[in-house]
Amino acid sequence: MTPSNQHDEKKPFPWHLVFFLGPGLLIYVVFSVYPLLDTLVLSLYNEQQGQSSFVGLQNFITLITDDTWSQAFWNALGNNFKFFAIHMLVQNPIGLLLAVLLSAPKLRLSGTYRTLIFMPTMLSVVIIGFVWQLLLSPIWGISEDFLYNIGLGQYFDAWLGKEGSALITLAFISVWQFVGIPMMLIYATLLNIPDDIVDASVVDGANSFQTFWHIKLPLILPTIAMVSILTFVANFNAFELIYAVKGALAGPNFSTDLMGTFFYRTFFGFQLQQGSASMGAAVATLMFLIILVGVMLFLFFIQRRIQRFQF
Amino acid sequence: MKLLDRLMPSSGIRQVPKSVTIHAVLLAYTVIALFPIIVVVINAFKERRAIFRDPLGLPDSDSFTLVGFQQVLLRSDFGLYSWNSLVVTILAVGLVLLLGAMAAWALTEYKFKGNLLITFLFAMGIMIPIRLGTVSILSLMVSLDLVNTLTALVLVYIAQGLPLAVYILSEFVRTIPKELTEAARCDSVSEYKIFFCVILPLLKPAMATVAVFTMIPIWNDLWFPLILAPGEETRTITLGVQQFVGQYVTDWNSVLSALTLAIVPVLILYTIFSRQLIRGLTSGAVK
Repeated sequence: MTPSNQHDEKKPFPWHLVFFLGPGLLIYVVFSVYPLLDTLVLSLYNEQQGQSSFVGLQNFITLITDDTWSQAFWNALGNNFKFFAIHMLVQNPIGLLLAVLLSAPKLRLSGTYRTLIFMPTMLSVVIIGFVWQLLLSPIWGISEDFLYNIGLGQYFDAWLGKEGSALITLAFISVWQFVGIPMMLIYATLLNIPDDIVDASVVDGANSFQTFWHIKLPLILPTIAMVSILTFVANFNAFELIYAVKGALAGPNFSTDLMGTFFYRTFFGFQLQQGSASMGAAVATLMFLIILVGVMLFLFFIQRRIQRFQF
Repeated sequence: MKLLDRLMPSSGIRQVPKSVTIHAVLLAYTVIALFPIIVVVINAFKERRAIFRDPLGLPDSDSFTLVGFQQVLLRSDFGLYSWNSLVVTILAVGLVLLLGAMAAWALTEYKFKGNLLITFLFAMGIMIPIRLGTVSILSLMVSLDLVNTLTALVLVYIAQGLPLAVYILSEFVRTIPKELTEAARCDSVSEYKIFFCVILPLLKPAMATVAVFTMIPIWNDLWFPLILAPGEETRTITLGVQQFVGQYVTDWNSVLSALTLAIVPVLILYTIFSRQLIRGLTSGAVK
């Protein structure tokens, strides 16, 4: 990969190019590009008792059709789509609303609000997971008391412990933590909209809502699209929150299993099941393909159609 | 504000209630954002009974105690874990900045074969998480005999941080006027000197932004410490907290104190860097 102009006799070998690009490129290729490609290759092999043999797409077929594997795989994939849907439906609209409010002209304290609301995003997902585990714990009763105080006490439940609600609760915790990202990105775009465009719309008699709907929203659509793809990649790569709160088994009864935790268990094993590098690689490859397809769809259909506005 | 506008009757005194509504919503959300963190921190300083009797009250002279912190510090190596995190983060961020700036400079300034391919390779890394290569990274680290070393983490984090660094810094290099480097070349200043004495100092503001964006995921990462360096000696603070809290779930004082101890360094970092972070986000560094 090292660029070379050796056959070009007029110029000396570009040592400075090797010097500037070499170290970074080397580390990046060895510890990121090569492992990713090697994982794709490894997923086509099967290793038993130290013997590795080429099996083609067998690992994927096993993953998708075999009784012991497919149930766990489809469960994790389905959960991952639910997890993503909740982020898209809750996190990004709230982020948009907060950004719109923050960008109100001459709003006092907007910097303070922005800084404080962004704070949870900075913290480790592990810490956030434990914090919410404590808050939602029926033993401590903080959430329960709060709900009783606003007259909704009968709805309190051990949400994190029940199959039906654990995944949704974890998704909401994640939404709570990361709402700062869409907020900041959309806010930044809103600030960059030139005043004249907004003024012109006001002069034309549009009220604030019409100005938002017809002028600002089209201008922030590229940012919303980008926020969506970032959410997608982050969600299909999520692991820490589930692992911190529920452990590698993603309980109760795998109801909170995501592709990330499924990958971890497949690779390292758990309880009676032995870990397998090649099956782990197959799961990682599927995750890779899912993310790649998402990114490609985004680049080819959404990013292309939405015109980027340069101010 | 624009959404709320419709709900508000248009009148001369509209300005006042509108901004009050905006403040009410933002304030309410700020409380939602901070409440969990505050509850954990104040309870870390309380006796066990007070934690349950009055979870929302501030510690008073009766209930104040540091017993949780004592237990955490005695039963685990928080100092060591923090030190490990600090070493890994500083080395990785420092090298991402240096190597990223060098690569960004090479890719934007020089035309050569493979330039486009390498640029594309780095761009891919922004979207494809390095975590998906874990199976191979682990076997690579085993064969390099780097498992349970901080070096393994530093190397992986450099690889993880470089794509975004190269992208942001390349954008920034493009804004540097060509005249500057051309003048230097006319005076036959070497390429190395041009980069280190002219370009690198100019890149400082962009590098600060890159530093913040690179630092947060490294400091908070659980995945690679768990897989590449789970040993007692190399544990990072995130992994340390994860294991400590998992082990002592029923000891509320310790759990709350451990969480507080883990939150504090991030809050300090955030106060120092929040201006840079927000500037980076609002100046479109990640667009």
